[in-house]
Amino acid sequence: MANKTKQEWRETTLASALKRAAERQDKFETSSGLEIDTVYTPEDLVNFDYTRDLGYPGGYPFTRGVQANMYRGRMWTIRQYAGFGTAEETNQRYRYLLEQGQTGLSIAFDLPTQIGYDSDHPLAKGEVGKVGVAIDSLRDMEVLFQDIPLEKVSTSMTINATAPILLAMYIALGKKQGVEPAKLNGTTQNDVLKEYIARGTHIFPPRPSMRLTTDIFAYCAEQVPRWNTISISGYHIREAGSTAAQEIGFTLANGIAYVQAAIDAGLHVDTFAPRLSFFFNSHINFFEEIAKFRAARRLWAKIMRDRFGAKESRSWMLRFHTQTAGYSLTAQQPHNNIVRTALEALAATLGGTQSLHTNSFDEAYAPPSEEAVTIAVRTQQILGYESDIAAVVDPLGGSYYIEHLTNSLEKEAGEYISKIDSIGGAVAAIEQGYQQREIQDSSYRYQKEIESGNRTVVGVNKFVSPYPKIVGLLRVKPEVEKRQRERTAQVRKDRDTGNVNRALKRLEDVARSKDNTMPAFLECVEAYATVGEICDVLRKTLATQKEFLVF
Amino acid sequence: MTKGRIRVLLAKPGLDGHDRGAKVVARALRDAGMEVIYTGIRQTPDMIVEAAIQEDADVVGLSILSGAHLELFPPVIEGLSKKGREDVLVIAGGIIPDDDIPALQQMGIKAVFGPGTSTEDIISFIQKIAAAK
Repeated sequence: MANKTKQEWRETTLASALKRAAERQDKFETSSGLEIDTVYTPEDLVNFDYTRDLGYPGGYPFTRGVQANMYRGRMWTIRQYAGFGTAEETNQRYRYLLEQGQTGLSIAFDLPTQIGYDSDHPLAKGEVGKVGVAIDSLRDMEVLFQDIPLEKVSTSMTINATAPILLAMYIALGKKQGVEPAKLNGTTQNDVLKEYIARGTHIFPPRPSMRLTTDIFAYCAEQVPRWNTISISGYHIREAGSTAAQEIGFTLANGIAYVQAAIDAGLHVDTFAPRLSFFFNSHINFFEEIAKFRAARRLWAKIMRDRFGAKESRSWMLRFHTQTAGYSLTAQQPHNNIVRTALEALAATLGGTQSLHTNSFDEAYAPPSEEAVTIAVRTQQILGYESDIAAVVDPLGGSYYIEHLTNSLEKEAGEYISKIDSIGGAVAAIEQGYQQREIQDSSYRYQKEIESGNRTVVGVNKFVSPYPKIVGLLRVKPEVEKRQRERTAQVRKDRDTGNVNRALKRLEDVARSKDNTMPAFLECVEAYATVGEICDVLRKTLATQKEFLVF
Repeated sequence: MTKGRIRVLLAKPGLDGHDRGAKVVARALRDAGMEVIYTGIRQTPDMIVEAAIQEDADVVGLSILSGAHLELFPPVIEGLSKKGREDVLVIAGGIIPDDDIPALQQMGIKAVFGPGTSTEDIISFIQKIAAAK
């Protein structure tokens, strides 16, 4: 006799199965510790309303995707984050990646570039070209994009505190190549709030930083209309140890802070909101991640329409880039990372990502070698072109489990946003260390779960076996620092010092005023002022910010 | 070191902001009964040496994921030695290729804990050395 309800089934069919054999674990949980039931049924979706909760792809609330036909029209963009050493070496890697069928570039800058020090600054010692490419002046950008026409590529730049400078360089480079700003495509990460929370490359205090952020919104709305002015990032929040719900809750709360700051600066929401973009992590928790992407889209659509009164459909859309989880990579049995990455990439595509970076298997050791990055690119191509997952939109939509998880993640993330609202918004919460503390608690719990064996990491705490050492790891040679310093010294010699000083003075004046800073940044970079020189002016006028350390 | 609680200074040299590992280790050592001081990110080698002396640390733990370990670790070791504190146990963690470990050990880093290390292993390593002093 068939069971009529889940409860009845639980008491009869399931109970007798459990009597015969207990389950492998006492309980099964999501990354935020919510218990996962044995099975999901229509009873778990009692108030489910298709039109209200899902709708059709390309329409509000975009749960099923931002485009009507998703990957049937345009495949997601394969966008590998890359950069190391000098501009020459990175230029070679970019050209290699484009030859392999990559469709967008993503610049990894070294830490001195991100934190506003030139390669010859004492604090840059040992860091030049290590985690990304060293860019001191426009000259380096010219080398970086040698033989890469800017009208043919879209370029994402992981740059935050120094975002206006690097964006100005990209615009200046376009002009030199004969590409007008209106034709440039790409993204500046430009999300400093998550730097205070999780990533640590902030320079200035939050409020003046937000002003630089919104200056980019305003400038691009007029001059660089196809530019994604910001990539509001949950990726690093998750890498720092948050749960999936915290990732979207904290990220969307940061998004709210940026939108509010732009409105407060006098911008109309529908002029800048369509150019906001997001960046999420795809972790190893497969179904939860798919649900997370869907929940984030629905929640943002509601926030933009109902909280901010945006009228344009494009303002409601959450478009996002995804990177597979660096944290899930293991140094042990490193080839297993290829499989982890494939699974995470699958979740990202089933979740409707617009672009994707797949990690390389050797990244628990070093930036990826050419062999490793090729496998990572091929992983995406197998998913996109060999399997048939790209043929249908949101194939898991309507799954009782996925819809239930989407609902519960949206609810949980919404609660974090309410909590942050009650503290006074994302900036106030960061200053009090709220997000940092929450993330630290989650990451500690995660570590304890691994150490107690409650969470399995293959090759680390289970199925441990000897593994061969990876050969061919990428090493950034110490000569790189020397060569880069020499180039910057040469730039300083060749340029017109009077021009540089005038441009820096104008930037200082503009930074002290309420005017948009972007034209002044453009003038500085075109005079070949360096990132470090420009940041020295800003450190003086905007002040600097120490880490909001909670420990 | 045998006098009372073990004092540990955890520090992040250089510009690297990846502090998940350092914070997890800090908390685990504290839970294991050690006195833990965490400096936060963006510390120069001089700042770390200074803090180690000020705090009278028995152990200095350096966490780095940016690849600048070969440049930034030696000045910490040299600085401690200049101040007559060769007795301080210096250990490291982060993204450090295996090939670099012998050179780091040569210069006086007693152990390098890479990705996947259990905090239990770090705790017992520190306790064993402390007990031997």
